[in-house]
Amino acid sequence: MSWNRKNLLTLEELTLAEINQIHATAAAFKQILGRSVKKVPALRGKTVVNLFLEPSTRTRLSFEMAAKRLSADVVSFDAAHSSTTKGETLRDTAQNIQALNADMIVLRHAASGSPLYLSRVLNIPVINAGDGAHEHPTQGLLDTFTMKEHLGELYGRKIVILGDILFSRVARSNIHALTKMGAAVTLVGPSTLVPDWFTDMGVQVSHDLKSALADAEVVMLLRIQHERQASGHFPSLGEYTSMFGLNKTRASWLNPKAIIMHPGPINRGVEIDSDLADGPRSVILQQVTNGIAVRMAALYLCAGGQPDHVITTS
Amino acid sequence: MPSLWISQARVIDPAAKRDAVGDLFIKDGRMVASLSAADKKRAKKIDARGLVACPGLVDIHVHFREPGQTHKETIATGSQCAAAGGFTTVVCMPNTSPVADNAGTIQFIKDAVERDAVVKVLPTGCITVGLKGQALAPIGSLKRAGVVAITDDGECVQSNELMRRACEYAKMFGLPIMDHCQDQSLTQGAVMNEGVMSTRLGLRGWPHAAEDLIVSRNIILSSYTGAHIHMQHVSSQYSIEMLRRAKARGIRVTGEATPHHIALTDAALSSYDTNFKMNPPLRTEADRQAIIAGLRDGTLDCISTDHAPHTDYEKDREFDFAPNGILGLETALAVTLEVLVRQSRFKLPRVIDLMTRCPAAILGLPAGTLAAEAAADVCLFDPAEKWTYDAKAGFSKSRNSPWDGKTLTGRVKTTIVNGRVVFDGGRIAV
Repeated sequence: MSWNRKNLLTLEELTLAEINQIHATAAAFKQILGRSVKKVPALRGKTVVNLFLEPSTRTRLSFEMAAKRLSADVVSFDAAHSSTTKGETLRDTAQNIQALNADMIVLRHAASGSPLYLSRVLNIPVINAGDGAHEHPTQGLLDTFTMKEHLGELYGRKIVILGDILFSRVARSNIHALTKMGAAVTLVGPSTLVPDWFTDMGVQVSHDLKSALADAEVVMLLRIQHERQASGHFPSLGEYTSMFGLNKTRASWLNPKAIIMHPGPINRGVEIDSDLADGPRSVILQQVTNGIAVRMAALYLCAGGQPDHVITTS
Repeated sequence: MPSLWISQARVIDPAAKRDAVGDLFIKDGRMVASLSAADKKRAKKIDARGLVACPGLVDIHVHFREPGQTHKETIATGSQCAAAGGFTTVVCMPNTSPVADNAGTIQFIKDAVERDAVVKVLPTGCITVGLKGQALAPIGSLKRAGVVAITDDGECVQSNELMRRACEYAKMFGLPIMDHCQDQSLTQGAVMNEGVMSTRLGLRGWPHAAEDLIVSRNIILSSYTGAHIHMQHVSSQYSIEMLRRAKARGIRVTGEATPHHIALTDAALSSYDTNFKMNPPLRTEADRQAIIAGLRDGTLDCISTDHAPHTDYEKDREFDFAPNGILGLETALAVTLEVLVRQSRFKLPRVIDLMTRCPAAILGLPAGTLAAEAAADVCLFDPAEKWTYDAKAGFSKSRNSPWDGKTLTGRVKTTIVNGRVVFDGGRIAV
């Protein structure tokens, strides 16, 4: 089966088959990451522009490394130094980048829907690296890729996403991917951050940590942002931790083989105890490593590569 | 000015309970019961077979952006949109630049209307100085300058105390207060209706509770002070239920519905198209049905467009950053006919009533009837004609319409203001 998409904007619009194609392609690229020469010529001569209009460290680094391992030239664009601070519109910024003969744009933006908007404006592929509270498709892909590595097929698996779901693009992308794969997803957290409207997306919503964690095979924690406290979404970080922080006792409610995930950056001692984050069930750093392989796959496929022809030799 | 003889139209004049095929006569800018034989010979005859002739439509909620935002619209272009849409009287909102919070700005608007407008354009003034919600605008001077109502539209007076005083004070002049009902503490950063769709799209939600709180506040203050408060662009089912109970108790509140809130829901936002972004936002199907039910039983009094032009470059942005508002005047009749007559089985005269006599009555305007001696403001439209709306070819300086490129049914053919044909055959005729 061939890959027919130029853009990677959301996981909501992908089919299960397309998600599996990206995963298969990522698995092939992952083999390269362990070699001494970590590079293939798949995107040689292509220029990838990382247009990051919202602060990001790990996602930008990950996209940069992914593009470099595909032999692309990479230019990263920092919001603080861009003409967007001089009032240039996203359309004008992006059209300028296209006019500079960039072959692909990776966009991080605080406004939900902006990658879709950009894809209507540009001819070159657009990869969404996170848009507002909407989606973060490569994160959802690398998370599900990591889950599959540990659990095999995800059909019927009990997966818990815990924390600030309302403002989380990571949660939404995971929800779309996991429900397509047939996993049983439960969202947990304070009712102010996990509204019942999410049930419309085919998941369970719970505010009772114990019953939600019982026998779960994956618990994915999301970062709790301090500003949600100021906006009244919960009383204090201390209260959050006492109600919903993952500690040893609560981790014991999980399935004995369960893995613990977090997209980072972690607030140690807030949403997760330090020894759990560093413990044997944590796959947090594997997520980071898999992120490169998944982003290589996304860049490669959207640039016109085909899943069956992954070149793994340099 | 020649006399006009409109022949063989289906004449619908809800104010006179008239709905029959017949002729209309206009002399010296006024409706007359008949013309003398000599006048008939000289009169310009309009063959209106197959057309509906009704009072010129009345819209008590438009934004013509003049002074100060004339890149979006002017009184000239806005009034041309009105004429093309069959409207002969429109009421423009005071959130211009500078805002219309003083008699000088009202006079500026009146001068521009006198000079440039092809339909009757009536100004409103602000409730508070600078639309800031902190101190009362000089409401008496505004009244003397000619405003037909006061409103902070776009903003909403957040202080209950100040709103109470505005009610008491405006009542002294018999001025209605039109309120954009929005508790701003509940809508910080909000860009669409809060619910299933905003959750899915990751956009900040505007809960209908923010409208409901202010509607309830206004009902209470109207009851307490006796002032007439008109709720602009009501969008929430809960608000409509409260208005229904308030009206049953005789409280002086009225409400309007826009064509877009009866035609569309927040499901339309799935592609983040900013031509579906307005304030209050499109809501759910239950709300949409409640608005239609409110218009059916009179809980909501009229249709208003909230015609709100913005240029391409302002609307062509990330959804979060695009301004609120859409065009409405040129599509209002067709969209309303589609939703209320064809989909919801309203009688045509009832819909005409909601767009003529009813809005005029809310503000006490001398408009909305074809009775003898009334100003000869007439709309002729073909209720069955299909046409494709091209916003670019329309009369607005802006193009921000969700109906751009859509095929609509029901087309305005001729618009007459004070006995003069101002729009005919797709063209402004003055």
